[in-house]
Amino acid sequence: MNTTTLAAKDEQTKIAVKNLDFFYGKFHALKGINLEIPENKVTAFIGPSGCGKSTLLRIFNRMFELYPEQRAQGEVLLDGENLLTSKQDVALLRAKVGMVFQKPTPFPMSIFDNIAFGVKLFENLSTSDMEDRVEWALKKAALWNEVKDKLKQNGASLSGGQQQRLCIARGVAIKPEVILLDEPCSALDPISTAKVEELIIELKQDYTVVIVTHNMQQAARCSDYTAYMYLGDLVEFGATEQIFFKPSRQETEDYITGRFG
Amino acid sequence: MSTSEILLRAAALEQVREQRYASRKRINQLALSLSLLAMGFGLFWLFWILFETVRLGFSGLTLSVLTEMTPAPNDAGGLANAIYGSFLMVCLATFVGTPIGVMAGIYLAEFEPKSALAATTRFVNDILLSAPSIVIGLFVYAVVVTRFKTFSGYAGIASLTLIVIPVVIRTTENMLQLVPAGLREAAYALGAPKWKVILSITMRSAQAGVVTGILLAVARIAGETAPLLFTALSNQFWTSSLSEPMASLPVTIFKFAMSPYENWQHLAWAGVFLMTLAVLGLNILARVLTRNKL
Repeated sequence: MNTTTLAAKDEQTKIAVKNLDFFYGKFHALKGINLEIPENKVTAFIGPSGCGKSTLLRIFNRMFELYPEQRAQGEVLLDGENLLTSKQDVALLRAKVGMVFQKPTPFPMSIFDNIAFGVKLFENLSTSDMEDRVEWALKKAALWNEVKDKLKQNGASLSGGQQQRLCIARGVAIKPEVILLDEPCSALDPISTAKVEELIIELKQDYTVVIVTHNMQQAARCSDYTAYMYLGDLVEFGATEQIFFKPSRQETEDYITGRFG
Repeated sequence: MSTSEILLRAAALEQVREQRYASRKRINQLALSLSLLAMGFGLFWLFWILFETVRLGFSGLTLSVLTEMTPAPNDAGGLANAIYGSFLMVCLATFVGTPIGVMAGIYLAEFEPKSALAATTRFVNDILLSAPSIVIGLFVYAVVVTRFKTFSGYAGIASLTLIVIPVVIRTTENMLQLVPAGLREAAYALGAPKWKVILSITMRSAQAGVVTGILLAVARIAGETAPLLFTALSNQFWTSSLSEPMASLPVTIFKFAMSPYENWQHLAWAGVFLMTLAVLGLNILARVLTRNKL
């Protein structure tokens, strides 16, 4: 399919994907993906399991490089620079493009250190500056009030929903430009989910957010743009209302209305 | 279908369910009693050993055991030099073997788990892990003792180290494999370099398990006799020089227990009691560490 162009022209493109193919060994997992992710918006990837949405997300911070049998071909431009061929250190890319995973992954250390860990990798802050940064990040993730009196406790002592917000705070603390969320609510109860969704909408003021989700209501609730993927193809990409209310492709409509998937 | 038919069918189903449940219950009882029997069999011998050790060892345990040198036959004395020798050699062997083992374990689990070198290392390590300790003792005898023409503490440490390394490699690798991949990915996603991920995240999560492995390795070498018999030999006197033959608790027990002299036999029992106590303590410590952290 042709490069999907965005409806509103005044938006800046943060990440542009061009003719992207991806392979797990011999398996062709993404086939010629073209898409433009706008800055300071929430973009959702939806589609049935195995369609390649998480795979696509994991290319944006070169996470796939941890596994030697996985490789990507094509272009992924972050602010115009192809991050797949960039000489830039992968650590610096990941400082710019943060990620939150499906399962909460608190590090085996205190709540404070969980957040300070990432910050210390890139910045030399004084103790008081670090305290400010931790507080700022926890406030951003709407967790500060719940943990401000127990920053020395182990991160694992928090509830699942709190752990996930801790992971978001940890990502936010290093001041990235893009935040990738890989099914961030699939292990959470509805109340925690609602909190994280509110947070996602908050976050787009300062960051470009890309979220993979199985939950279509979630995509409808908190995203500005939606991409529907199926078996490694990008079927349709557009403004969320358009995708949900008048999709231009029959397959998209079938999936969204629950006749398929 | 009439109401009576439905009721009849339900009653028949109920009967079948009850029969199946009764037979499952019988099988469960059988399995449970067999398991209990097996456990009892194991515990019986363990407690008998402990009981005999305490009965025969405790009475011989006096202050002089800890302060005096190993005596001549039919003379008064203690085990001080043997305890010191064992302590010194076990400590140094652990000190040398642990970093090598931990680093090799990190290589196997974190760096190239699927490479040919890792597969070979794992295979060789398994052989070393199950090698009879007397083989290791003879190897060190051939390589170290014959070259320097003397039994020595160094040779003893070398052979104990060779026993520590494979145990530590194996536990370190296993414990690191238990760390969920998601935790590693989360650390990489923040832009952490590999060494930092290993040191601050994965090793930290696996810490309790790795320490347990090291403690169990210490417990193992503390009681080894064969690898010391041809290497450190024994020494009737106090020595802190590692280039001389050195006494150790297991070898002294071996020598004293085989002897016809009654005072030596008493000391051997006291030594057995001390060693059992130390190994028991290490095992309990290992347990406590794993329970709190993993």
